[in-house]
Amino acid sequence: MAKAYKITVANTGQSFMCSQDEVLLSAMKRARCGPIHYGCFGGGCGVCKMKIISGDVKFVKRMSREHVTLEEEQRGYVLICCVKPLSEVTLVECKK
Amino acid sequence: MAINKTIRPGLIQLRVLDLDKTLDFYKNILGLDEVCRTSDGRVCLKAYDEFDHHSVTLKLADTAGLDYVAFKVDGPETLENMKAATEAFGYAVDEVAPNTDQPGFGKRYGFTIATGHRFELYCDVDLSAKHPGLKNPDIWEEEPRGMRATRLDHFLLYGPNIAESERFCQEVLGMFVPEVCNTEDGSRMATWITGNNKPHDLAFVEYPQAGKIHHVGFYLNDWSAVGNAADLIAINRLKLDIGPTRHAITRGLSIYFWEPSGNRIEVYAGGYTAYPDNPQRVWDASELGRGLFYYSGEVIPSFLEIVT
Repeated sequence: MAKAYKITVANTGQSFMCSQDEVLLSAMKRARCGPIHYGCFGGGCGVCKMKIISGDVKFVKRMSREHVTLEEEQRGYVLICCVKPLSEVTLVECKK
Repeated sequence: MAINKTIRPGLIQLRVLDLDKTLDFYKNILGLDEVCRTSDGRVCLKAYDEFDHHSVTLKLADTAGLDYVAFKVDGPETLENMKAATEAFGYAVDEVAPNTDQPGFGKRYGFTIATGHRFELYCDVDLSAKHPGLKNPDIWEEEPRGMRATRLDHFLLYGPNIAESERFCQEVLGMFVPEVCNTEDGSRMATWITGNNKPHDLAFVEYPQAGKIHHVGFYLNDWSAVGNAADLIAINRLKLDIGPTRHAITRGLSIYFWEPSGNRIEVYAGGYTAYPDNPQRVWDASELGRGLFYYSGEVIPSFLEIVT
């Protein structure tokens, strides 16, 4: 059984569980929790951009640099269709 | 003799984030054949029912989206005339030497149109090694795979000042505009443009950001092929956007989804036969939902808002 972690959306305080084998966006969509803006699920369209406040994630897909620059990535910005959790994670929605 | 001087959009170069995974989609799910690889690692592909060397080039990049589209014109005289007409229209033209970055292609002229997209024109391209039969031909030489895409069909581009891009396609490329959508104040919101009997070779939607692509369309044979494509989207866990559905605009039968690098793909069948002497069909922006998705009559937000 794959390990699952609690993922919290700081804007709302809501949380959901995400398996270590699942990208954050899929679990968020299933839980109907958080902002759940989603489009391509491929790292290309940039709609699911959020910021990680705490916790560790593993990248499983490349993110389009048009939507997350290297500098933003270093500050915790991610496309949540591209990452799986390695610990409990707290996310915050990006302002459009 | 071509029915029009611009024969078709014959080549598109797309940026992808994951070459192996995305190539697997184009080959084994969409059903294109890999033709060759360039020295810089790009991959050239074609559909089974196309004759020209290749029609799709994938380039590994750190963003998804469109590099350029190229239109095949009916001969060297047209090519030179269109180059001059493009310059007279006000766009600077560059030249790409034959058989360089796109194997099998002759000289290409390139320029950027109002909406921020790079267009290219060419007239010479090699016959592909694997092409449809010519002498007492069977319907295919090798059984089509996956969604069984027959050809690159069209694309929808987003950018500013589509009215000028539409005028360029008419005045320089000799295309016509079977269908348009206007806002309440009468300005152009969307336009469908063709150089032949297809309802569209390309379309534009007015959008503040330049150079964006909404989707690339590939042609399927019929409604049952669209259903087969829907099955393959589900089986392969591709992300569906909308469909299977019917467009009232173009009358196409359609399904939209995203390939693994986040470029939106449409597979499309049917569509009316366009003639340059037919009157133009005009849609009000308030009716665009029914124009795009005839059955539900409603546009989903992701369809209008997400581009690469």
